Amino acid sequence: MKYAYFPGCSLHSTAREYDRSAKEVALALGIELAEIPDWICCGATPAHITMQLLSIALPVKNLLLAKKMEACEVVTCCAACFNRLKTANKFMKQRGEEQLKIEKILGEPYRGEVEVRHFLDVLVNVFGSKNLETRVIKRLKGLKVASYYGCLLNRLKDVTGLDDEEEPRMIDDLMEVLGAEAVKWPYKTECCGASFSLTKTDVVLKLSGDILQMAYDEGAQAIVVACPMCQSNLDIRQAMVNKKYKKNFNMPIIYFTQLVALALGVEMKKLGFEKHMVDPRPLLKEKEIIFSKA
Amino acid sequence: MINPRTQELKNSRAESWEPKIAAFLCNWCSYAGADLAGTSRREYPPNIRIIRLPCSGRVNPLFVLKCLMDGADGVLIAGCHTGDCHYSEGNYYARRRFAILKKLFEFLGIDPRRFQMAWVSASEGDKWVKVVKELVEEIKKAGPILAKS
Amino acid sequence: MKIGVFICHCGTNISATVDVEKVAQVTSKLAKVHFSTTYLYMCSNPGQELIKKAIKEKGLDRIVVCSCSPSLHEKTFRKCAEEAGINPYLVEIANIREHCSWVHRDKKEATLKAIDIVRLAVAKVSRDKPLVKTYVPIEKRVLIIGGGISGIQSAIDIAFAKYPVTIVERESSIGGRMARFDKTFPTLDCAACILTPKMVTVSQSQYVTIYTCSEIEEVSGHVGDFKVKIRKRARSVDINKCTGCGACYAKCPVKVSAKFDMNLGLRKAIYVPFPQAVPNVPVIDRQNCLWFSAKNASGGTKKACGLCKKICNFGAIDYDMQDEIIEEKFGAIIVATGFTQFDHSVYGEYGYGKYKDVVTGLHFERMASSSGPTGGKIIRPSDGKEARDVVFIQCVGSRDEQKGVPYCSRICCMYTAKHALLLKEHNKDAQAYVFYIDIRAAGKNYEEFVKKVQDEYGAIYLRGRVSRIFEKGGKIIVRGADTLSGAQIEIKADLVVLATGLIARPETVKLAQMLHIPYDQNRLFTEAHPKLAPVETVTSGIFLTGACQSPKDIPDSVATASAASVKALGLLLQDKLEKEPLIAKVDRNLCSGCRACVVACPFNAIDMKEIEDRALKCKRDVAEVVEGVCTGCGNCTVVCRMSAIDIEGFSNRQIMEEIEAL
Repeated sequence: MKYAYFPGCSLHSTAREYDRSAKEVALALGIELAEIPDWICCGATPAHITMQLLSIALPVKNLLLAKKMEACEVVTCCAACFNRLKTANKFMKQRGEEQLKIEKILGEPYRGEVEVRHFLDVLVNVFGSKNLETRVIKRLKGLKVASYYGCLLNRLKDVTGLDDEEEPRMIDDLMEVLGAEAVKWPYKTECCGASFSLTKTDVVLKLSGDILQMAYDEGAQAIVVACPMCQSNLDIRQAMVNKKYKKNFNMPIIYFTQLVALALGVEMKKLGFEKHMVDPRPLLKEKEIIFSKA
Repeated sequence: MINPRTQELKNSRAESWEPKIAAFLCNWCSYAGADLAGTSRREYPPNIRIIRLPCSGRVNPLFVLKCLMDGADGVLIAGCHTGDCHYSEGNYYARRRFAILKKLFEFLGIDPRRFQMAWVSASEGDKWVKVVKELVEEIKKAGPILAKS
Repeated sequence: MKIGVFICHCGTNISATVDVEKVAQVTSKLAKVHFSTTYLYMCSNPGQELIKKAIKEKGLDRIVVCSCSPSLHEKTFRKCAEEAGINPYLVEIANIREHCSWVHRDKKEATLKAIDIVRLAVAKVSRDKPLVKTYVPIEKRVLIIGGGISGIQSAIDIAFAKYPVTIVERESSIGGRMARFDKTFPTLDCAACILTPKMVTVSQSQYVTIYTCSEIEEVSGHVGDFKVKIRKRARSVDINKCTGCGACYAKCPVKVSAKFDMNLGLRKAIYVPFPQAVPNVPVIDRQNCLWFSAKNASGGTKKACGLCKKICNFGAIDYDMQDEIIEEKFGAIIVATGFTQFDHSVYGEYGYGKYKDVVTGLHFERMASSSGPTGGKIIRPSDGKEARDVVFIQCVGSRDEQKGVPYCSRICCMYTAKHALLLKEHNKDAQAYVFYIDIRAAGKNYEEFVKKVQDEYGAIYLRGRVSRIFEKGGKIIVRGADTLSGAQIEIKADLVVLATGLIARPETVKLAQMLHIPYDQNRLFTEAHPKLAPVETVTSGIFLTGACQSPKDIPDSVATASAASVKALGLLLQDKLEKEPLIAKVDRNLCSGCRACVVACPFNAIDMKEIEDRALKCKRDVAEVVEGVCTGCGNCTVVCRMSAIDIEGFSNRQIMEEIEAL
């Protein structure tokens, strides 16, 4: 299995541990991720709220680069990149003046021929949950997690085509494959505040605070995510949420790739847990998933 | 190979040429569907000439041949959807009959795009417009049929 | 041959995009066209007078009227021609409105096309033949499909005129949806109190036959003479012997959830769906009955129950009863099949139908009914506790092009308002919250009713949609937007009631195909004309009433029911039925007797007849069309190798002439 890998800006900065753990999982499972050379911005929020043309041209540029690698499929971990690449691809499959304009800007024809996948999709549907189950070395027994999908992964359904947009199950099922317990909770696709993180922080504190509260109320010990924005909002802002709403949350926000890697027996050191603001290690130790010396 | 005369005709009339299309519509579904396109004021190209018949099963293959021989650039037959025929099964007859005719056209070297069928119900004014628009585009690509003389 | 061409301006409907004077000028030069003129409204009285005058003065012998679709005024102009002394079938309509002026913008192009359309019509009319109308007898009985309020009202009206009428109802009792309602808006009449007398009236009328547990199996024939096969499912109880004493269901040991009560309550395996059922005769649910399950069990190991049969003093229980097929003839059919509720389980935001305390309006009706499963208490189905805070969500499935239907279901605003009021009446401490998109309270005293619910009953109306419903701590959390204040709202509710839209019943397509009547993209039956023929269908003799045509409330259903009855009665009052002569005709000289047409005819309208051939001096078989049965579809013409069979009014000659004029 070989994929053109599109990391996106977050995975090279705030979400380096997501990038690292995804690559570890790929390595362990024999999935080859070849990074797209000279990849550029995926056209997420700043572009798509200002200019439609730019928000399509940017991801298409990346898809064209991937096409040159002779990779028929692009894989990405970031939910926002995934959403933009998918949207652009769907857009280019139609034919009209807008599409011609994009092709003119990029100087090359493109008709949506490169398939885009999320890494979660690759794990669950391409590699297969059943195959994955046979590779689990360390079952995550006793760990109760709330799977949090956020807004970009499954919306719009006819664009991403990944899972149910209101009641997704992919991460929940994956966690159960790994031996963890996925709690039932209603906030799987609630808004975390996403791109208002810097501009309207109070909104983010309220929204992220609600999500943390609901996860806590439903008995989750950690929240599992598949999006770097969700992770940073819930993790970095957790202390501010605690201060503003007089709470005492200590809820680790873990990437699904980190837990898959642990279950596959990857060394804890390689997975960047030290980068988290709310350290997941004490919880993982308590559940005997990792050990102090490991 | 394109017949040089056809090519010549195509070139000479390329700019001013507009296709003429004959359409046989069943009275109960498609004719009413075309009426609905009118009452909903949906615009479509004026290339189509409608001949009203009781049923798509009334269309004799000879009518289609006669149209093409008399200079129509394309022929459309439109009737009720499968199972909805006002006369129970007329459209089934039509469907079979014209599947064969289409094969015959291919054999004779008549561009199969010139002859099309569509199922348009009385409530599908929009579909009628779509069918006509697409058909006119197709026939334009197929070019003018040879002149009668 | 002197053809007259009459071009209508239709006000500006035609003349705005078609240069009618030019059309008149060009067409007047066509061969055989003797006279050509235009007029502002050709269908008006002066317009028709103009045609008649021209026919007489100019000696015209056939005419082309260039106007709207023939479905609108073909009859008008045929009659007009007849009055002027020419055969009504020497008239053709050139449809230059629906097929030209309304669908094109460019005046030059539209005018050219209009001229072509007229040329085609002139070509056709030149080959028209004078035809004579035929007459067929009428079976003076009406079939009503569906025994809800619409069907009941139609039956009462027809019985009042002393014509026999038959109601075919799928369920074991007539009454339909209305029988399930508690009160009706806006007057708050109790539904049972106003429906029951009507049910009794029909059941007692000597002119009304009611077939319950019955469905339409097959329909053939045509107006005046419909042949209908009705399947009467085995009720397992003899209607003639049963007195409705109720001993059987009192004794029956099986309890299952009651569909009539939206599964909120229980019923027996032998049951009447509700106390006022008509006929008041129970039915055995064979799936759940112990007698039948024992009988069907392999080896007969189970002991059969048979309690109901033992207790019945009248010998009415008949376990061996079989489905019965009844064949009857009717002159007219009224379709009153009603609606079904939209299934809200497609909505993830409302929990995909998995929360017990998220119910539909019909559940609420059953709970509010004092004879219902909760005895008139509004409860939470999950724990049976009385609901205090109730959220109503409108437009569930309606006005939703993505997951539901695009249309407004028309009655939900009103029934939600009624529910909000009933909630308060049933429980003084209760609070209703209503999420709405728009309030559509168009109807007599409707707006006032909604106002009253808001002002006097304290229902809180929130303009906005609900984005999510979830359970937390035994409550249903409803989160939505109040677009008027711009705030996000979260309500901790005990019960959520969804105003699910009205949609066509799934069987409508099958029924439509049996009856040969059209239906629209929402599977609602299509009326012949949305304004001028709202209860007729394009198939003559078949009429529509109630919600099978579009969502309707009770007053509208009753009004259309009476309208449909009048239409049906109008038909039955004729001595015999006029039939268009546009049917197949055989040229015996050409017919070779190959029988290809006999096989092709969908209506078995062609017989073979032996004739004496004088030229060949022998006897031979030729095809003969049964005039009363032929519908004029023309399928026979195409298979005829000799072109011996042809359709009057759409003859090969006429069509060929049209093609040549292309």
